Amino acid sequence: MAECAFFRAAQSGMRVVMDLTVSDLTIARGGVPVLAGLSFVLEPGHALILRGPNGIGKTTLLRTIAGLQPPVSGQITGAQDRIAYAAHADGIKPTLSVVENLRFWARVFGAGGIQPALEAFDLTTLSERAAGSLSAGQKRRLGLARLLVTGRPIWVLDEPTVSLDTRAVAMFADAVRAHLAWGGSALIATHIDLGLEAGVLDVTPFKASLAPAAGANAFDEAFL
Amino acid sequence: MIALLLRDLRLAVRAGGGFGLGLAFFLIVTVLVPFAVGPQSALLSSIAPGVLWLGALLACLLSLDRLLALDWEDGSLDLLATAPLPLEAAVTIKALAHWITTGLPLVLVAPVLGVLLNLPGPGYLWLVVSLAAGTPALSVIGTFGAALTVGLKRGGLLLSLLVLPLYVPTLIFGAEVARRGALGMETLTPLLMLAGISAGALALLPFASAAVLRVNLR
Repeated sequence: MAECAFFRAAQSGMRVVMDLTVSDLTIARGGVPVLAGLSFVLEPGHALILRGPNGIGKTTLLRTIAGLQPPVSGQITGAQDRIAYAAHADGIKPTLSVVENLRFWARVFGAGGIQPALEAFDLTTLSERAAGSLSAGQKRRLGLARLLVTGRPIWVLDEPTVSLDTRAVAMFADAVRAHLAWGGSALIATHIDLGLEAGVLDVTPFKASLAPAAGANAFDEAFL
Repeated sequence: MIALLLRDLRLAVRAGGGFGLGLAFFLIVTVLVPFAVGPQSALLSSIAPGVLWLGALLACLLSLDRLLALDWEDGSLDLLATAPLPLEAAVTIKALAHWITTGLPLVLVAPVLGVLLNLPGPGYLWLVVSLAAGTPALSVIGTFGAALTVGLKRGGLLLSLLVLPLYVPTLIFGAEVARRGALGMETLTPLLMLAGISAGALALLPFASAAVLRVNLR
């Protein structure tokens, strides 16, 4: 495969601690397996773009890697406390100002100042506005600026460019490039071309057969 | 942790935060009771401790459905779950923020409303003491209920049905402290029971809330 840099065999045993390694992962949504046998390695300084049709399980995969739901089987290593996750909802409080929203996340993650994040996404002039009065694209920029204040090395992003205009997409691509140059890595599910020098992982071949999860698991799932 | 507490307090006092809603509800309930019962001051003063406790309990219930549901809707809960802060700490802080914005004001206005119900003189101190000891349990138990119903649309009613039975021990001992205090009787035993319930709920329920929340976030 062309993107073989990202597909190192899971059994290679040469795991660098900083890599995000996913091996033989099976994930389920609502008790139904969606992706099975998925393996990849994401190294520091690299980005990996996830592709696949709607409903294939990209969001479920990203939530599993972020630790929001357990995998059915398989292993994820190197993700513990190193993930900055951003999904469709930005976690923005409408009654707080842009600065207050961003400062809150900066303090929760105990990372540095918010000024670079404001500048990277051109939010400086909006900083005192209530987040509720921002447009959809501006809110999204605020949600992405949050990634910069987390100080986390692995960005796990689910459709980050929704409602962004071309200028904001370029801003975002620049932010990702800066993050990669700093030694971070990014796992991005997107349908558009970001112009990044990134590997592409099409998850379509890993689609699980539509059998329900192994009996005991499915039974537990109903009660958990 | 302080950041989360400050954010929740700030959100509560901003527009639409619901601060004061519980207080206004408490006030209205206590004002309505004399209208319903009639102008019999002896009857009023004997039911005052129970009515005040019931009013405070229902007022506490009012703001529970927004405790976690708002964070769930805008995605903050997902982000908090991936943050360095343990979810147990996050739910404890959110319960504390709920107590500061709902429980504490109720404790402070209860003596004023006691006047409306002709609460006997010695009862004021014990009313405040019992509410101060009991309302933390109401917030912590309520947070557990909110965690249980977090993913549900219109979960507010279900939340009330789940939480109200769990409030029964707190209500029994809390109202008993206030009643005995108002009659000038010994209050130590129910007060210790009440404080025990609060301490136990505070020690155990955050773990249950966090576990339930993890399941609901899947």
